[in-house]
Amino acid sequence: MRLERRAHVPLSLAIAAPIGAVVAALILAGLLIALAGVPVFEAYRRMLIGAFGSRLSISETLTRTTPLILTGLAAAVAFRSRVWNIGAEGQFYLGALATAALGSKLGLHLAPLVEIPILMLAGALAGALLLLVPLGLRLKFGVDEVVTTLLLNFVAVLFVSMMIEGPLKDPLAFGWPQSVPILADMALPKLLPRSRLHIGLLVAIGLALVLYFVQSRTRFGLEARAAGLNPQAARFAGVPIGWILVRVALISGGLAGLAGAIEVLGVKGYVTTDLSPGFGYTGVVVAMLAGLNPIGVIVAALFVATMFVGADGMSRAMGVPSFIADVIVALSLLTMLVALLLANYRVRR
Amino acid sequence: MMDALDIFATAGLWAAVLRIATPLIFGTLGALVCERAGVLNLGIEGIMTFGAMVGWLTVYHGGDLWLGLAAAALAGAAFGLLHALLTVPLGLSQHVTGLGITLFASSLSYYIFRLVVPVSGTPPTIEPFQPLRIPYLSDLPFLGEAVFAQTAPTYVAILLAFLIALALQKTPLGLAVRIVGENPHAAEAQGIDPIRVRIASVVFGSALMALGGAFLTLAAFNSFFPTMVQGRGWVCIALVVFASWRPERALLGALLFALFDAYQLRLSHVVGKAVPYQVFLMIPYLLSIAALLVMARRARVPQALMQPFRRGER
Repeated sequence: MRLERRAHVPLSLAIAAPIGAVVAALILAGLLIALAGVPVFEAYRRMLIGAFGSRLSISETLTRTTPLILTGLAAAVAFRSRVWNIGAEGQFYLGALATAALGSKLGLHLAPLVEIPILMLAGALAGALLLLVPLGLRLKFGVDEVVTTLLLNFVAVLFVSMMIEGPLKDPLAFGWPQSVPILADMALPKLLPRSRLHIGLLVAIGLALVLYFVQSRTRFGLEARAAGLNPQAARFAGVPIGWILVRVALISGGLAGLAGAIEVLGVKGYVTTDLSPGFGYTGVVVAMLAGLNPIGVIVAALFVATMFVGADGMSRAMGVPSFIADVIVALSLLTMLVALLLANYRVRR
Repeated sequence: MMDALDIFATAGLWAAVLRIATPLIFGTLGALVCERAGVLNLGIEGIMTFGAMVGWLTVYHGGDLWLGLAAAALAGAAFGLLHALLTVPLGLSQHVTGLGITLFASSLSYYIFRLVVPVSGTPPTIEPFQPLRIPYLSDLPFLGEAVFAQTAPTYVAILLAFLIALALQKTPLGLAVRIVGENPHAAEAQGIDPIRVRIASVVFGSALMALGGAFLTLAAFNSFFPTMVQGRGWVCIALVVFASWRPERALLGALLFALFDAYQLRLSHVVGKAVPYQVFLMIPYLLSIAALLVMARRARVPQALMQPFRRGER
């Protein structure tokens, strides 16, 4: 008996894999919910109500989905080219910081219609630059970028902490360490009145569609994939690997930075060191659940956001620690890896 | 006012170096054993967190401190087994699986901790390991305070570094681990089962990682709180490269690293407000990157690191 790689994974299996993975993760997490002495089905029902039970909860779930689409895309783009960017968390924070600084009263003071896109670009640029450091170290010195991107996450958050307790400190925040707020005009327009849902969601979905097109229809998209799948062959075929990977890193880091920028412009209005409840790390799970497909990222991000918002509701109603959402999301990454293996291989006797 | 150089003359600094180094020694040795057998274990950060939680919880529920360490090691071994099963026989990506283990182990630690200890203002505490003063030696001037008045796990960690170095170099078991990490097919030709050796190495290494985490809650601090591992696991991964995959150098690297860390802590008191404290806190992470940079080209990487072994395939 041995494993044999399938030449082609049928679409039905590609869709069944994440669904199976999520179901398996929910079953395993159900054991932990039972450990809390709570009826499992009732807990999951409460979770669904928490995420979709009212106009407010739906808008909250979609608000949570927005940064997850962007960090999910950041991971998906990078992983497709075997650039292991685990630094989306740090890139998110630098993006948020750049946006808050330039959009505040210390910043640009342009007309909102001009400034908001500039602020988003600035956030993206800050994130992209942070990823160029580990990529450069890999290309020049052969340093594994997994560890460097992980380590830089801590450096980035400390840098943010330094800035918001220093030059960018909000003097009106009663001593709380938070950055100066962006000007009121710079806040992103709402999608739904009386909610936190903002047009950032449309930006994120739009970018996912653009990326899908770029990856499947352009020369760059093909070269970026080749650089990941088989760098040796790609090099012989004349693909400038280094340059392609730099561009991949600019896009990946840029998306993560943009996630931070949009979170500031759309939701918070300022930066704190707890602006992200792990959006960067969770983006890795989103990307894997999506099979690195940009369209799939939208669905996977919605699933992950549902877990987090739903778990808050379930936690309030039933007293199960809301960390159960993190457990489900982490488990679904592991089950997804196994599901992908099952989908990609078949057993030959 | 103390001078920046006077800090080196205080026994307190050197005592702190050993204390800060201990979790790093355990973690680095653990990661090193996994990698010498050919498996990168990025589950380390989560495994350390889980070890910290389990060790603390065991003692909190009336267990002995040593029982706490044993429980942590066992829990670490269990996560190691999970990582090993996914990456060795199934051959899944070691990068992504390891990250998944970290996310899973740390979120599970927080969940279990919250389940047992409801939210409160101050986290509950336990009675941690007390310094074990070595008879006679701890009476030595300066050296006594600096080196011979540590908690028991610190002595264990240092001893372990030499034992693992010895085991890897001089025993058939160590040889088997090294061959499997260099060339699993050659190992198989010698009658060694690479899959078994790899699984066992990852299980053992992960138990060590968990001990490093447990040191935090059972000796360095006396309570558990989320995010307390603070990237120490990633630092260990960098230290393995710095140590060129050699246990005795891992010990040296961890001590050197801890020296910088302990020094910056005291230096920041001397310098005061002139430099933001965050700069000092960044130094350990930047140092780790620098260490990777210096050694990246020089280090002798186990040749089969991160290459899944499949029977009959080359």
